Amino acid sequence: MNFLDDTIAAISTPPGEGGIGIVRCSGKDAITITDQFFFSPKGKKLGDAKSHTIIYGFIVDPKTGEKIDEVLVSIMRAPMTYTKEDVVEINCHGGMLPVRKTLQLCLKGGARLAEPGEFTKRAFLNGRIDLSQAEAVIDIIRAKTEQAEKLALQQLDGSLSAKITEFIDRAINICAHIEACIDFSEDEIDTMTKDEMAMSMQTLKDELMMLAQSYDHGRLFREGVSAAIVGKPNVGKSSLLNALLQKDRAIVTEMPGTTRDVIEDCLNINGLPLIIMDTAGIRETHDLAEMEGVKRSLKAIDSADIVLAVMDASRPFDEADKEVIERVKDKRAVIIINKSDIKSPDFTFSSPDFSPCPVVNVSALKGDGLDELKNAVYSLCISPCARCSPPRCSPEGVLITNIRHRLSIEKAAISLGIAIEDFEHDKPLEVIAISLMESLDSLGEIKGTVSTEDILNKIFSEFCIGK
Amino acid sequence: MHKEQDYDVIVIGAGHAGCEASLAAARLGLDTCIFTINIDTIAQLSCNPAIGGLAKGHLVREIDALGGEMAKVTDKSGIQFRMLNLSKGPAVWSLRAQADRVLYRLLMRQSLEGQKNLDIKQGMVERVIVEGGRVRGVIASHGVFYGAKVIIITTGTFLKGLMHIGLESFQAGRAGEFPSIGLSDCLKELGLKMGRLKTGTPPRIDSRTIDFSKTTPQWGDDPPQPFSYSTEKITNPQLPCYITYTNKKTHEIILKNLDRSPLYSGKIKGIGPRYCPSIEDKVVRFADKERHQVFLEPEGLETVEYYANGISTSLPYDVQVSMVRSIEGLEEAEIMRPAYAIEYDFVYPTQLRHSLEVKGIDGLFLAGQINGTSGYEEASAQGLLAGINAALKLKGREPLFLGREEAYIGVLIDDLVTKGTSEPYRMFTSRAEYRLLLRHDNADLRLMPKGYETGLVPEDAYERFIRKKSLLTNEIGRLKKIRVKPVPVVNEALISAGTSAITEDVALEKILKRPQIGYSFIKQVSPSPECLTPEIEALVEINVKYEGYIQKQMEMAEKLKKLEIRKIPHDFDFKSVPGLSREIIEKLCEVRPETIGQAGRIPGVTPAAVAILMVAVNKKVSKGQSVKGSKSMIL
Repeated sequence: MNFLDDTIAAISTPPGEGGIGIVRCSGKDAITITDQFFFSPKGKKLGDAKSHTIIYGFIVDPKTGEKIDEVLVSIMRAPMTYTKEDVVEINCHGGMLPVRKTLQLCLKGGARLAEPGEFTKRAFLNGRIDLSQAEAVIDIIRAKTEQAEKLALQQLDGSLSAKITEFIDRAINICAHIEACIDFSEDEIDTMTKDEMAMSMQTLKDELMMLAQSYDHGRLFREGVSAAIVGKPNVGKSSLLNALLQKDRAIVTEMPGTTRDVIEDCLNINGLPLIIMDTAGIRETHDLAEMEGVKRSLKAIDSADIVLAVMDASRPFDEADKEVIERVKDKRAVIIINKSDIKSPDFTFSSPDFSPCPVVNVSALKGDGLDELKNAVYSLCISPCARCSPPRCSPEGVLITNIRHRLSIEKAAISLGIAIEDFEHDKPLEVIAISLMESLDSLGEIKGTVSTEDILNKIFSEFCIGK
Repeated sequence: MHKEQDYDVIVIGAGHAGCEASLAAARLGLDTCIFTINIDTIAQLSCNPAIGGLAKGHLVREIDALGGEMAKVTDKSGIQFRMLNLSKGPAVWSLRAQADRVLYRLLMRQSLEGQKNLDIKQGMVERVIVEGGRVRGVIASHGVFYGAKVIIITTGTFLKGLMHIGLESFQAGRAGEFPSIGLSDCLKELGLKMGRLKTGTPPRIDSRTIDFSKTTPQWGDDPPQPFSYSTEKITNPQLPCYITYTNKKTHEIILKNLDRSPLYSGKIKGIGPRYCPSIEDKVVRFADKERHQVFLEPEGLETVEYYANGISTSLPYDVQVSMVRSIEGLEEAEIMRPAYAIEYDFVYPTQLRHSLEVKGIDGLFLAGQINGTSGYEEASAQGLLAGINAALKLKGREPLFLGREEAYIGVLIDDLVTKGTSEPYRMFTSRAEYRLLLRHDNADLRLMPKGYETGLVPEDAYERFIRKKSLLTNEIGRLKKIRVKPVPVVNEALISAGTSAITEDVALEKILKRPQIGYSFIKQVSPSPECLTPEIEALVEINVKYEGYIQKQMEMAEKLKKLEIRKIPHDFDFKSVPGLSREIIEKLCEVRPETIGQAGRIPGVTPAAVAILMVAVNKKVSKGQSVKGSKSMIL
């Protein structure tokens, strides 16, 4: 349930676009929360700043001292703000990492992750938005909720979903035993012993923590995988980018060397954000601008997580292609045979023996083979790799990728921790039950509310109750 | 049609709900009449002769704090009092009493008969007359009409009651009593959605044929603690209960005769309570359990009848006899009254407001088992609230609303009107979110001011309460202020109590927070200048020891309250809200929540739907207000 007296935060700019990313925080503690991790070189505190001013400084993780980003922070005090509450907007540099880390600091500092459309909802409920806009507010809430639900659902794949259900069942079971002890103490029922209760709480907590940590391991899912599209000029790299994005992001011409800079955009494959970089074609060139472009392409190959090496099947397989393959030989790569619909007999490429790279035939122009390509990229990213450290997957291969899921699981583990501590201090069962219930509530945020009725059902199915 | 008389309030049914309802209405000055099918069974304890128990004991205390009658009558008729759950924390301690069944009903009848403004009439009400959406009166036996501004129906298991003993069944409201047939049809005609439930009782046994030496006696507390805040002392002689067990042979007899149980032959369609299963259910569902407890409970001081709690059954009489005689101590037992199951009609309670008034029928209130609950205490609590709210309505005052953080009664009513029920609803402490706030020891602190304001708590009781409250606050204040020095006397006492010594001045409050320390330690080290009762001492201890948790729950409750004050207008059109799914609209239309908070508690209503609803309601409310020219500001 959400209330209007707490402070909410969210990333306000869409992912994968633009040179800046904004984290917005609204509510009575917005400014004090931000002050916990904002440092101005002049030692200025946001709390002292005038309303509607912009302050320059750094976001620093107060725990580790790690400098996260150089930012501009807008301070807007109630009531002259979008939500009519105190609002802080932190303008980070683009790129997902600093923005997400900044958001995490807000959440750790006491803000709650905003519900879909919640800023607008608050604006309305606080009387900021005109009545005639109420319907629009509803549409925003609905659209954003549907979007968020879809996204969360996408990310809650079978194995994770099953895992969460198992955790919920186990938590319900512990609650049922404790509640049965309280409510049916007159009945002769065999509930867990205190040691058994403590033990099951501890193992559940440990496993929850491990699952929560898998979010950190799922770096690729969270921060995205960078993929460089490379190849000799005019093999259709930009067309491939456009085909994958289903929009005209890069300028495509017949002329080799059209793309001179690295173009970045973001694509979502089964929840895996793929940051694709289209690069200039790699070839000998005398054009200065193009030379710079080629240099950047080579650099892109080095820095990218994976490489999409594109060949042109309508032309003969030549030295330039060989060089491309040579350059990606130490990378994780997919070899893409483009224009496979108009294959030339002289295209004599055969999969090189040195690399187990998957090879995919596509036609960027016609859109053929794109799904196969996406699947190949996805498998390549999630396949285990000796070089990847720390390991990306939790032991059972279940991975959390959604920040809401992670927050809920973490909260559940923390509540369980309190319950365990109370247990060790011999606190009465009804006190322990409070934290246990909180833990269940947090898990319920992921898969639907757990009610007291669920616990009673468990009690009645498990124990013979009733004089 | 003969018109007899006009009343302000007519109560139909004189069980536990009816008694509280009629007393409350009459005490609040309304001209009240209570109808019962049989005056001799007013306030009959038709199931086990016990009042209270876990969570139910809390309800009894709350009824008392609000000015109800149940606690007082129980104290006067109680023949055993036991505080349950003492091994747990104080929030879930709960009082239970065995009552003398005959004494209980006579004393309650006395209360009714001694009440000003209250007429008692024997007769069957056949119809409730509703005109233009509001009640006009009732038609009782012989076609006599009685006018009423408000009608409270508290008919328990009597609506189309159908009793089962084995495969035999017959219409009855209770063993040996007439059912009410016409009224149920009348309610259906009025558009109320109704369902069917089932409950049951065990056989009653002649104690002269019980070999108690083969059983284990269970005595009550000595001295017994009363339910009512106004009872000084329990004066009845106290009796034990006896515990025995079923065994393999008992279970064999039951299993062999399952085909003769109406529960298993499919004859009984009503849904029974899972927390109070019949013995055949227990034996079938928990086949590996070798024995089940049987409590032999005395029915009273002046009778040999014993209630065999734990073997409620619908099996035929001959099976009951052999089953009972297979139990240790009951080898020679004679059954005085057979066990039976009963099915009855109930009204889906989501059709009610929190005031217990039926939505859409002005002046019609329902309370007790008719709303799908089970238990004397649940019934009394609803009866009391219905009586109070009927009176408040006629006086033009706002209904008495109790929040979930305020009372088990609040939890009970909110659950019923918000979630409804599909089995007989019984209170459990686990149903309350704020269990640490809803303790049996602080029911008066929570509710007596409301009871006084309503007009049911008399002046002298309220004065006593105020004195108690100030003693309590003063003493807690004193413990915060007074610091003890690390002198040898104190430290020796601390160490002998099993805790560590202090090295600097420490507030008494801090010391009392230590798990090993009780209030008796404070008394020894720094006695209060006032003379405190053990009750107040216990309250001080609980408040100090659990302060942190209590505080936390209070904060949480405070937050939820903010959603509770966001009212949804009675005439709000849920169908007109864009962006809600059809299922959610259906649920909202069925329950018609009165607040945003209640809407959020309806099963299946998502947080997103609540957010949308909040916006839509706000729009409607703002519009309404802007017509009057006032600017909207709901926060």
